[in-house]
Amino acid sequence: MEPVAIVGVGMTEMRRERKADGYPDLVYEATRKALDDAGMEIGDVDNVITVSNDFFDGRTISSMAIQDACGSFDKNVSTVEGDGTFGAFYGLMRILSGSFGTTLVCAHHKGSESEMPLITNAMFDPIYERFLGVEAVTSSALQARAYMDKYGITEEQCAMVSVKNHGNAFANPVAQLPLKLTVDEVMASPYIADPIKLLDCCPISDGASAVILASAERAEKAAKKPVWVKGVAHCSDAYHLGDRDLSDVRALEEAARKAYAMAGIDDPKKQVDLVELYDAFTYMELMWLEGLGFCGRGEGGRLTASGETAMGGRLPVNASGGCLSGNPVLVAGLNRIIECVLQIRGEAGERQVEGARTAVAHGINGPCGQSHCVWVLGGEK
Amino acid sequence: MDDWRENQELLVMEGRIKVPYRWFAGEVGTRYFESLRDERKFLGTKCGKCGKVHHVPRRNCPDCFAECSEWVELGSSGTLETYTVVRRQHPQLAPLPLPYGYGIIRLDGADTGFLHLLHEFEEGGLATGMRVEAVFAEEREGKILDVRYFRPAKGVS
Ligand SMILES: [Zn+2]
Repeated sequence: MEPVAIVGVGMTEMRRERKADGYPDLVYEATRKALDDAGMEIGDVDNVITVSNDFFDGRTISSMAIQDACGSFDKNVSTVEGDGTFGAFYGLMRILSGSFGTTLVCAHHKGSESEMPLITNAMFDPIYERFLGVEAVTSSALQARAYMDKYGITEEQCAMVSVKNHGNAFANPVAQLPLKLTVDEVMASPYIADPIKLLDCCPISDGASAVILASAERAEKAAKKPVWVKGVAHCSDAYHLGDRDLSDVRALEEAARKAYAMAGIDDPKKQVDLVELYDAFTYMELMWLEGLGFCGRGEGGRLTASGETAMGGRLPVNASGGCLSGNPVLVAGLNRIIECVLQIRGEAGERQVEGARTAVAHGINGPCGQSHCVWVLGGEK
Repeated sequence: MDDWRENQELLVMEGRIKVPYRWFAGEVGTRYFESLRDERKFLGTKCGKCGKVHHVPRRNCPDCFAECSEWVELGSSGTLETYTVVRRQHPQLAPLPLPYGYGIIRLDGADTGFLHLLHEFEEGGLATGMRVEAVFAEEREGKILDVRYFRPAKGVS
């Protein structure tokens, strides 16, 4: 692959309810920050990818409503309805096509404006599934149970993820929900859908983010040290939950295999310095760590309990606080990428991981991680 | 731009999107729901290439991308592949009084699981691998809730 770099990043603060900001306000703030970070003006952006979801926004063709705010006037614009990692993937491909030297990718979400369970219920098939009332939490609970039963994962091991990630969030100024918790406190939080408890769940959030990707030639002009895309891939599994073995992670394994092959990584345990993954629920962090090859199947709980994924451990996971500490849907994957960029640049402040050279960012789309997008980012071209 | 902000209540525009839809069950779905409604029988579709029996039914096999060539009658009992007990749910979504369950159920004769409701179980009375049976609605109109829910199997399975 021709070298492509991330040269600018911008995030708004994630908050439960950003009442002073409509969608365009959030998008403008994120875009402005990314441009300033890159040392660019809007005229330096060759094309734009927006990431949004019409159901969440409560308007059709939701991408069109924020075009003024992302500076797309007079530019080629396209849209991804899905997680930000997939939007960035499309933005990358547009540079690889040779048609564009830079791509601005921006994502926005306001969970505060609608009712999350009603929206996530609508991702299910209206003929066979939707009217059973299933939504994101209950479908994920089915996956958590399948995974935990198969491998003997305990609720305490899941709770450790909540303790760790909410704790990490104290060092991240944009995080929404830093919490000082104990495993006992997480275990004592009420069940929403067994085995998922309140403190196993990500919050509802408002926020926007933007990244600017650039070809090698254009990256030379950026204000900061470019962070290079070393490998990237995505892969999807079946739609109907019953078609999948919900305890397995075959789509993630395939995406990781391809991304690592591109990046020349044959032993991710040794060659990756930190991971930002999509922990919408605590069990997901354990499953995705396995799918990403950082431990064997069923060993995610043990790996977490060992402290290796904590700050100061061998492989810090979700140093940012993860989705558990702020989950503007769609934006959340872009935030995984942005955290990796900040870490590789050495700009992560109090949460800086020492010697961060190679990082893995991960996002998901669809119920129970139906599809996965894996990014390997590094400091060297 | 924000010097007027002192003591100002920020405005919110309330609204509701209400749009009627007509989702077509198609030939495959119509035959399936007709059988549930009129005969209380589950049907699956069998792949003409690999022989896998898919339930819920569909026109093509997702595994080998060949046509499903045949309808197969399935049992109304099956095995629970995974489950959850729902303690909190949005009132507009919960189709049964709390607590109720969801399960992925592999019906006898099918090679895939499908999602449905669980009810009439004791606290702690659900387990992966257990046998469950369908409870049909008295009044059936050709939709997924013609099966009210599944419950732990009572008879010999
Ligand atoms: Zn087949």
